[in-house]
Amino acid sequence: MPTTAFLTDATICIGCKACEVACKEWNEVPEDGYLWTGLSYDNTKALGASTWRHVLFLEQPVASGPHLADTDNPFRWVFFSDVCKHCVHSGCLEACPTGSIVRTEFGGVFVQKDICNGCGYCVVSCPFGVIDKRFHDDGRAFKCTFCYDRQKVGLMPACATACPTQSIQFGELDELRERGKNRVAELKARGYGDAQLYNPTETSVGGIHSMSVILGEPEAYNLPPAPEVPTSYLKSAWTSALVSAAILMAIVLAAFAIRL
Amino acid sequence: MSTVSNSRTKPKATEERLEEIRESARREAPPPPPDIALNIATGALKPEQTGYYGLPLLKPPTWTWEVPLYFFLGGISGMSACIAFAALVFGAPTNLIRFALWMGLIGASICPALLIADLGRPLRFLNMLRVFKWQSAMSMGSWILVGFSGCVFVAVVGIELVARGYTYPVVTVALWGGAAAAALTGLLLASYTGVLLGATANPVWNQNRKLLPAHFLTSGLGGAVGILELAGFLVPATQILGFVTSGIETGIEILLTVRKGVADKPLHHGVSGRTLRVAGMLEGPVALLIRAIWHAEPWGRYAAASCFLLGALMSRYAWIWAGRESSHDAATLFALERGKKA
Repeated sequence: MPTTAFLTDATICIGCKACEVACKEWNEVPEDGYLWTGLSYDNTKALGASTWRHVLFLEQPVASGPHLADTDNPFRWVFFSDVCKHCVHSGCLEACPTGSIVRTEFGGVFVQKDICNGCGYCVVSCPFGVIDKRFHDDGRAFKCTFCYDRQKVGLMPACATACPTQSIQFGELDELRERGKNRVAELKARGYGDAQLYNPTETSVGGIHSMSVILGEPEAYNLPPAPEVPTSYLKSAWTSALVSAAILMAIVLAAFAIRL
Repeated sequence: MSTVSNSRTKPKATEERLEEIRESARREAPPPPPDIALNIATGALKPEQTGYYGLPLLKPPTWTWEVPLYFFLGGISGMSACIAFAALVFGAPTNLIRFALWMGLIGASICPALLIADLGRPLRFLNMLRVFKWQSAMSMGSWILVGFSGCVFVAVVGIELVARGYTYPVVTVALWGGAAAAALTGLLLASYTGVLLGATANPVWNQNRKLLPAHFLTSGLGGAVGILELAGFLVPATQILGFVTSGIETGIEILLTVRKGVADKPLHHGVSGRTLRVAGMLEGPVALLIRAIWHAEPWGRYAAASCFLLGALMSRYAWIWAGRESSHDAATLFALERGKKA
């Protein structure tokens, strides 16, 4: 099976939220609160247990790029559809104590909802803040399934299928990585100096399966600039635990040896 | 410009009226979320603003009150098994060994109940033992707790039989083997919780991944000693261990105060910071001073033990609350990751 991937292009997104709607309908995801946030057109704020695609609306007073660069108040309105990153070294998958979270034959990270017991350890182990527990009605952890059911029968994920502008592209990982690089080069040639491909390969996460073409720094999209998979902290934490344990055991033995 | 107003009709939409609407909207509109610097001219975010409307990047821990309480009780249970083993090795009175082992067993019986109550799907608690994963501190912890319960149960059966005069070799083996294994797994039980927090994406936890296991172990040992003292075991060994644990906690308190970590803000500010400060004082200097000044008085030892136990309990809650605060602070996360990259 080929490893599949998303390439989400912020420069093509029109902010229509068809991906959010398609994801909700196909995956039967419950509502995530009917709230007006006042943050541009974004009323879901972040990915979560019941928001598996999230369209961001960035309002940037940026002069770079062809958009309205000549007005008195340079302004750029950027839309971007965020999703689970399906990391190469996935924090949630490695943290899951029940084996509920697995890697599929397509390379995606999938939560088996008949096994998850809602311990919540994946929630604090995701360096992208994606997976969360659905509190009131359910108690289990949920996130994007990469439309595992659709991929099984050769269909594209629901969000990519519904996207009217091909901002969400779906395909083989290697091919999309190349396409992303080419797209960034093309954008830079057209005057978008701050275009970049977001795919953290140099950290312990080791790359992601839902890459994105963004304008500006990852921080502006609440994307971590250098995410680490939390299991990379295990060695030093366990070393400290074992050294401290040995020292304290010696102290306890000494305390009883000295005076009793 | 004069306004012709007619009381029988709606106010006209004059420039003044529009100004009034604008002013009232400005007065009554909800305040913008914290950390958002709006550019008044364009209504857009200032360029120096990092992040996405100051919204959190990470998800806060979902654990409820049971988990910090489990950290507290698990630490005490595990370290009381260590005390029991040391007491056994050096021939301390049987009633002390017996009490310490029972403490371990009772603790090990309450702990799973707390953990199961915290699960989103409590009936699926057995799924915790579905796999054995080195990578997952939560999986290791589940197995450590199961292992500890078994070992300490065997040791308790052993000591109860010995106390009733049964001295068959199999009983001795059960007692010694059980107590030794309970001490080993007890050390893991008291320390893995620090690893569990340290190996997460949460900045205040993973930046303190070396401190947390050492602190939780010391705190667990001091707590076990405290309960023994409160139960009347005012032997020299508990006095020594009381001094050592509150001494180490004083050192940790000094370290936290002196050190300036990038992600340490929730350890010094807000509810989590204040709770941790009080907890650290109780476990460290306060318990140490009381013990030093009134070391000959039983009530002095009771007071020191009580202070330490209260501090140890508060500290577990403070660390979980600090994690919640840290998850809301995207700016610190960015600073940390950028610093690492540079």
